Amino acid sequence: MSPRITLWTARRVLMQLRHDRRTVGMMLLVPAILLTLLRFIYDAKPQVFDHVGLTLLGVLPFTTMFLITSIGMLRERTSGTLERLLTTPMAKLDLLLGYGIAFAVAAALETTVAAVVAFVFLGLDTAGSPFLVGVIAVANAVLGTATGLLVSAFAYSEFQAVQFMPAIVMPQVLLCGLIAPREQMAAPLRFASDLMPMTYAVEALDEVGKGNAGATMAVDVAVIVVVAFAALALGAVTLRRRTA
Amino acid sequence: MPQAVATRTAVEVERLVVRRGGKLILDGVSCAIPRGSVVGLLGPSGSGKTTLMRAIVGVQRIASGGVTVLGLPAGSPELRRRVGYLTQAPSIYPDLTVIENATYFAAMYGCGTAEALASVESVGLTEAAGQLASTLSGGQRARASLACTLLGDPELLVLDEPTVGQDPVLRNELWLRFRALAEAGATLIVSSHVMDEARRCDRLLFISDGELIADGTPEEVLQRTATDDLDEAFLRLVIAHREEQD
Repeated sequence: MSPRITLWTARRVLMQLRHDRRTVGMMLLVPAILLTLLRFIYDAKPQVFDHVGLTLLGVLPFTTMFLITSIGMLRERTSGTLERLLTTPMAKLDLLLGYGIAFAVAAALETTVAAVVAFVFLGLDTAGSPFLVGVIAVANAVLGTATGLLVSAFAYSEFQAVQFMPAIVMPQVLLCGLIAPREQMAAPLRFASDLMPMTYAVEALDEVGKGNAGATMAVDVAVIVVVAFAALALGAVTLRRRTA
Repeated sequence: MPQAVATRTAVEVERLVVRRGGKLILDGVSCAIPRGSVVGLLGPSGSGKTTLMRAIVGVQRIASGGVTVLGLPAGSPELRRRVGYLTQAPSIYPDLTVIENATYFAAMYGCGTAEALASVESVGLTEAAGQLASTLSGGQRARASLACTLLGDPELLVLDEPTVGQDPVLRNELWLRFRALAEAGATLIVSSHVMDEARRCDRLLFISDGELIADGTPEEVLQRTATDDLDEAFLRLVIAHREEQD
């Protein structure tokens, strides 16, 4: 491992993004636009917007970064740059952490734009600090990046990679407590929900929404970070220097 | 391996067998490549050239046999800063400029922008340095990939078809550069389909159907095949080998 190579990799990934202005534009604007849409859907129920809007703010970076990294890593595998990099002094974790850092930076920007729009223009109201919402959103984005990197090992084409999005992300959205309260779920579903990292992300956001930035939230964020690093470590195992 | 051999031999391949999907790709290849030489790897398409190169770089899973590179088993971590590998398909980022690509790969070897610029210049891409790799022509893209491989002064360069798609002037310049690198002490293994390039090698390895069918200087190969034309020598070697197998 070399911090220099890790940071260079993060820089390289961000340079690639910078050359792709449409992707950057969509990354920055789509969450803000979706939140605006949500604000008008719940025009008559601002307290529902406060809850759903807050959750969306924290969860959207997860989905964006999941998709972008799984495609990015797949491209790295299919274009030969991955094989080439693995013949250089680069450590596997340099590459994966480089991606993690780059997309954490991208997610911080994405969340900042969405949060400013939500809190300033759409009147999103939370008891807790918007800054904590940002921290949770970035942790989620890192989790999305780590999951995307891992999943890309199992996709041999872009067609497969994009389908991991509904396969991996949708069950978490359905079971995280956003659609139906977790307390009312059947025991097996509740158990499945307990195993899904997004559940903890949503719970953490709920806590901030209620103004309880306490132990529960800290544990939730810790779960997200631990799962993200576990996914990165597993991702490193899927990178093989020697192939058939 | 005796010490004297270890110091003079850059690559030692011993009874190398590679299978892929049940198919025999390399069937007991053995050869030794002396340091400071330019070795041409020749053979029909699909004969196993790329597989042999991958085995030398240490990215190929092998069934049996061994490859020793610069005195170490192929693929040893220490070799990663001493061996440069040019893949057949250009492996650069299409959404970065030429110089951004070179600077990134330079960073892998602890080199800076100055080295990256020099490498881009050495493949004649200075004018396209600020261009996105996706907008380059095929030949330019191959040279951009080569610029990224030459970084970090590797002791061994494994180049899979480095001159494909280049015009004769550029091919000549690239070969002069390869020769200069060898004179400075580097060892180069270069695969090619073009026989006038084979003439410029110190040594030739001919591969056909996963077997090494000739190993010697261009003069020795010509003598053995009783011809004065390397294209003809290549044909005679491959045909003789196929008849032998039938």
